[in-house]
Amino acid sequence: MSLWVDKYRPRSLEDLHYHPELSARLRSLAGSGDFPHMLFYGPSGAGKKTRVACVLRELFGAGAEKLKIEQRVFLTPSKRKLDVNVVMSNYHLELTPSDVGTYDRQVIQEILKEIAQTQQVDLNAKQRFKVVVINEADQLSRDAQAALRRTMEKYMSNLRIILVANSTSKLIAPIKSRCLLVRVAAPTPEEMESVLAYVAKKERFDLPPEVASGIVAEATGNLRRALLVLEALKMQHPDLNAEKLEIAKPDWETYCTKVADLIVAEQSAQRILDVRAKLYELISHCIPPSLIIKTLADRVVEQVDEALKADIMHWAAFYEHRMRQGNKKIFHLEAWVVKVMSIYKHFMFDIDLTGFDE
Amino acid sequence: MQSFLKPPKQQPKHAVDPALQPWIEKYRPKTMDDISAQEHTVQVLKKTLGSNNLPHMLFYGPPGTGKTSTILALSRQLFGPELFRSRVLELNASDERGISVVREKIKNFARQTPRAADAEASRGYPCPPYKIIILDEADSMTQDAQAALRRVMETYAKITRFCLVCNYVTRIIEPLASRCSKFRFHTLDASSNRTRLEYVAHAEGVAVTPSVVDALISTSDGDLRRSITYLQSAHRLSASTTPPGEIQARDIQEIAGVIPDAVVNRFAGSLGVEGEDVDMDAKKGGYDGVRKAVQELVMGGYSAMQVLSQLHDIVILHPLLSGRQKSRCALIFAEVDKNLSDGADEELQLLDMGLRVWKALR
Ligand SMILES: Nc1ncnc2c1ncn2[C@@H]1O[C@H](COP(=O)(O)OP(=O)(O)OP(=O)(O)O)[C@@H](O)[C@H]1O
Ligand SMILES: Nc1ncnc2c1ncn2[C@@H]1O[C@H](COP(=O)(O)OP(=O)(O)OP(=O)(O)O)[C@@H](O)[C@H]1O
Ligand SMILES: [Mg+2]
Ligand SMILES: [Mg+2]
Repeated sequence: MSLWVDKYRPRSLEDLHYHPELSARLRSLAGSGDFPHMLFYGPSGAGKKTRVACVLRELFGAGAEKLKIEQRVFLTPSKRKLDVNVVMSNYHLELTPSDVGTYDRQVIQEILKEIAQTQQVDLNAKQRFKVVVINEADQLSRDAQAALRRTMEKYMSNLRIILVANSTSKLIAPIKSRCLLVRVAAPTPEEMESVLAYVAKKERFDLPPEVASGIVAEATGNLRRALLVLEALKMQHPDLNAEKLEIAKPDWETYCTKVADLIVAEQSAQRILDVRAKLYELISHCIPPSLIIKTLADRVVEQVDEALKADIMHWAAFYEHRMRQGNKKIFHLEAWVVKVMSIYKHFMFDIDLTGFDE
Repeated sequence: MQSFLKPPKQQPKHAVDPALQPWIEKYRPKTMDDISAQEHTVQVLKKTLGSNNLPHMLFYGPPGTGKTSTILALSRQLFGPELFRSRVLELNASDERGISVVREKIKNFARQTPRAADAEASRGYPCPPYKIIILDEADSMTQDAQAALRRVMETYAKITRFCLVCNYVTRIIEPLASRCSKFRFHTLDASSNRTRLEYVAHAEGVAVTPSVVDALISTSDGDLRRSITYLQSAHRLSASTTPPGEIQARDIQEIAGVIPDAVVNRFAGSLGVEGEDVDMDAKKGGYDGVRKAVQELVMGGYSAMQVLSQLHDIVILHPLLSGRQKSRCALIFAEVDKNLSDGADEELQLLDMGLRVWKALR
């Protein structure tokens, strides 16, 4: 039994539920024999990966869905061994830079050169080239990106690259100028509701419209999230009675809400210690610190006076940026908490803040 | 019998069907005369074709302005296609170029005395008695590797000339830079850009209106590679619809990741920038208004850098905002730009920018 997100993931371009013009463009590109390097970008859960998989199928047929995982060993320049799992079919191969860490340049170059130098052996293959999909391309190091530049030009005959990223901001201009950029916007609420309705119909149950719109409102454009919530709700409340339904948030989010409450309820040295312990807890559960600070800030801002909101967000942006450059994430989270507490306290007790802000 | 007499044609290793070749490669300048703009550099380098004198060189300048093309064309014109292979070593950022490579591969190539050119292969080419090592994208070489190059460059200067190619001349260590004649490549001016684009479009039989060419030029910042790629992408898309359509200026903007005016104007409106098509609801702003507007952009998948750059243009060129308001915004934009290129979270940065601009304009 697979999860609904997988069970109802569209497999071909025709089955995709939304952005029909985009699907049509992709279909004709795949059929044109003149397929470019591509860069798919858009927010999380908007359906980039799904769409790329459909494009591969359009290019190569069902064979592109027969995936195998191969374990490969690479030698780093310092002759250390590096095990990397590579997902591939006969026609394409997928890479995720975060799996390879600091050696993304070496691994990607080795793989690309190898593919570029082997001809397509399958004589029935519909295309002469193979495709390399690079997920999370915005995480590629600068070095790895620089190395892609000439490679993308030189090996065009046997190789196409499909980059998948949340944003194009972190990709260097020479890479972007070698790709056809494809923006995958999040589905609109109506589009998301119709996907939910479709799934409900396939699973043979009634989905009250209020429930659907409630789920969609919580999911902020992330279809994966909406589908996961729908499935969980259905498990917990088989009758889906809208009256009593509460859409459960992920544990870590509920936890963040509690931390935000703590910050707003009391501002003291002791409270900072309490909060810090909870921040450690979140970090140790592998919640990305950027996400922690964003979520906390959102929750705090909901509870404070309009006059403070902008300031609190400003410092969240400020410390999130610092956090990227620093080493110890917790320091910056904590600094933000202190900052928020002091802003809040001064506001409540109406103390003049001039000269305090930096 | 016929086929027996005709020796099978040797296919080069990476032969590409020209119809499938990216246009940037297909129209890569073959000789110095094909290089657009860059008159000064071309003029100086052409003189070296007549003499046996070539200094070490350092080419620098923004992407897609012809640096790689120029050195390849020059080398080809010096040696001809046959000798090119034995006399020229091209290494770029995709090749391993750490210190050990400098010490072994580069040094080995540098110290070989060039074999006398065989008369057949060299006919019609000057074939000067040295080799050329092209270190393309040299700004991605480590400082150590660059330092190791110094000696190699000096020791074998008689028989080997180096050409370093980079975007940022400041990333080349001074001792290397000072050993080279420097050639600066400029972003292409609009008229050279236009001429080249029209040449390519014509050769490919693609109809382009002046407004499409304008869109290509304005979205590519003088980077000819970018504008040619955009042109090809737009052509692919318009040719693959049924029936084949004409390229529109809007297609170019979508391909280039430019945000539609309506979307940016709505965003600007919710930050308090007065405009024609700003709806009154959005104008209320405040925390919730800005937050909602930012979320819309994020869900649309637009890149924060692009939002920043288009908002910047709206604000700075705005006819009604005061100088003081614009200055305040300029400070905010600069800061956010820096944070974004440091890799800060895009949504938080956009939100912070939005809230601060909103405040600055009140
Ligand atoms: N066009 C679509 N029609 C119907 N369902 C879709 C569509 N696109 C995606 N989905 C559903 O949404 C889920 C999430 O999509 P996907 O994994 O492609 O998102 P993504 O953009 O790659 O997200 P991330 O950036 O987080 O990796 C899929 O499992 C699939 O069930
Ligand atoms: N000055 C020019 N004249 C003619 N064509 C050019 C010129 N500059 C760029 N081009 C076109 O753009 C393509 C890329 O140019 P080239 O590789 O020389 O750029 P570059 O300056 O080396 O860029 P990068 O810094 O990204 O390596 C060429 O193949 C050619 O089609
Ligand atoms: Mg994905
Ligand atoms: Mg170059």
